[in-house]
Amino acid sequence: MMNRMNKLLKTGSRDIFAALKGYELAGLLGWQDIRQRYRRSSLGPFWLTISMGVLIGALGLVFGTLFASSMREFLPFLTSGLILWTLITTSLNDGCMGFTAAEAMIKQISLPLFTHILRVLWRNLIIFAHNIVILPLVLLIFWIPLQATAFLSILGLVLLMINLSWMALLLSVFCTRFRDVPQIIGNLLQVFFYVTPIIWMPQMLPKRASIFLLDANPFFHLIEIVRAPLLGGLPSLLSWQVSFLLALAGWIFTILFYGRFRSRIAYWL
Amino acid sequence: MAKIILDRVSVDFPIYNTTGRSLKIQLMQAATGGRMNAGARGSVVVQALRGVSMEVKEGDRVALVGPNGAGKSTLLRVINGVYEPTGGRIAVKGKVTSLVEISLGMDSEATGIENIYLRGALLGFNRRWLSSKISDIVDFAGLGEFIRMPLRTYSTGMQMRLAFSISTLQQPEILVMDEWLTVGDADFKETAQQRLNEIVQKSSILVIATHSPELVAKVCNRTIHLDRGTLICI
Repeated sequence: MMNRMNKLLKTGSRDIFAALKGYELAGLLGWQDIRQRYRRSSLGPFWLTISMGVLIGALGLVFGTLFASSMREFLPFLTSGLILWTLITTSLNDGCMGFTAAEAMIKQISLPLFTHILRVLWRNLIIFAHNIVILPLVLLIFWIPLQATAFLSILGLVLLMINLSWMALLLSVFCTRFRDVPQIIGNLLQVFFYVTPIIWMPQMLPKRASIFLLDANPFFHLIEIVRAPLLGGLPSLLSWQVSFLLALAGWIFTILFYGRFRSRIAYWL
Repeated sequence: MAKIILDRVSVDFPIYNTTGRSLKIQLMQAATGGRMNAGARGSVVVQALRGVSMEVKEGDRVALVGPNGAGKSTLLRVINGVYEPTGGRIAVKGKVTSLVEISLGMDSEATGIENIYLRGALLGFNRRWLSSKISDIVDFAGLGEFIRMPLRTYSTGMQMRLAFSISTLQQPEILVMDEWLTVGDADFKETAQQRLNEIVQKSSILVIATHSPELVAKVCNRTIHLDRGTLICI
């Protein structure tokens, strides 16, 4: 039993480390995806920034009025939350297609397969970098100074990405075998969008509901470790703990799972 | 010393229909004890290779021959590491380079230069080394100023020339090909053939799948005959 576990760990981590070592290839392919999408437009990926800005403006107007919350508080919250949520949801949705989209490559060249997942993550991180420029603009409009805690959000972002990488890898293996899983994941993420405080603020909840919607929701903690320091607060210890343990447990499980099924991926395509 | 050893290698492909592809249906079947839709597990297995054993040594120029569907391409993919055998064992010593689809990874919207980096990265070439080779590639492919234009503005011949020039940039140790590569017009064909011949000669091992007896006679010193996934004779 232990022996078999060791073997799986070894097979899985070998591929993952090889992919990390060849990060240059994943980076190049990720950039290429962005370039390909926006090749013939002069604004390029900033189109995304614009549409994100419009979305934030519209949602901010509707929900800010609806909840009768102060725009000065609500809009920065919505902006950072929505941009982070977009990073999460596109990483996972694209992650589902990580291997199926790279079918031609996987069937012809022997590369570490995790490279295709890194490519997806990198692509979405680039898009995130384009979107996040909206936040300083919003802060500027309301004349809210960026606090020193903002540096902590970098640590939070790293931890978030570590979590997203195991999720994307795990989903990708699963979606290659079962082709109806991407739709299921898409639906689930849609539900999480509403139950996670992104377009509504945690303090709007009655006390009892918050245990289910906040403490038991991993996505709340993952967003919180980046969002709270960006907005000048500190994430709760619980959020750090959950995010850290989730990364640890998630990666161990994923490496075992990946070690078991890695060699089957080319066959499933 | 480059070497390829196959020990009773088998490759089975699962062929799934929509039933086998659906998690929902699979879960429902598990929940009902598999009695629903009995026999429709949705999975058929195709045996592409059956117990293939062989040993390829340094200096071997191996021709894989056999009718369509004999498993030639599958065997090539097993050798270059795409498919891990479902049964048996394979050991490869040396770096395998595949010249099967030489334009794989190239992007028609990207410029020639960008494509050099893209295709080069897929072949495992270092970026700095590639940039030192750009003028060589452009000269060899005869593209001139076109290298700054998007690939979609190239003629098919030009695209192939570029792909060929990048893919044959480095001397492979173990070379895998599906039929002999031919590219370009009469002029380029000759220089290309020259380079390909050189690469093939300098490589430690060549494994080529082919239908052409002339090629076998000209290039290869060993013939491996496959039929329906089994090795007939060496």
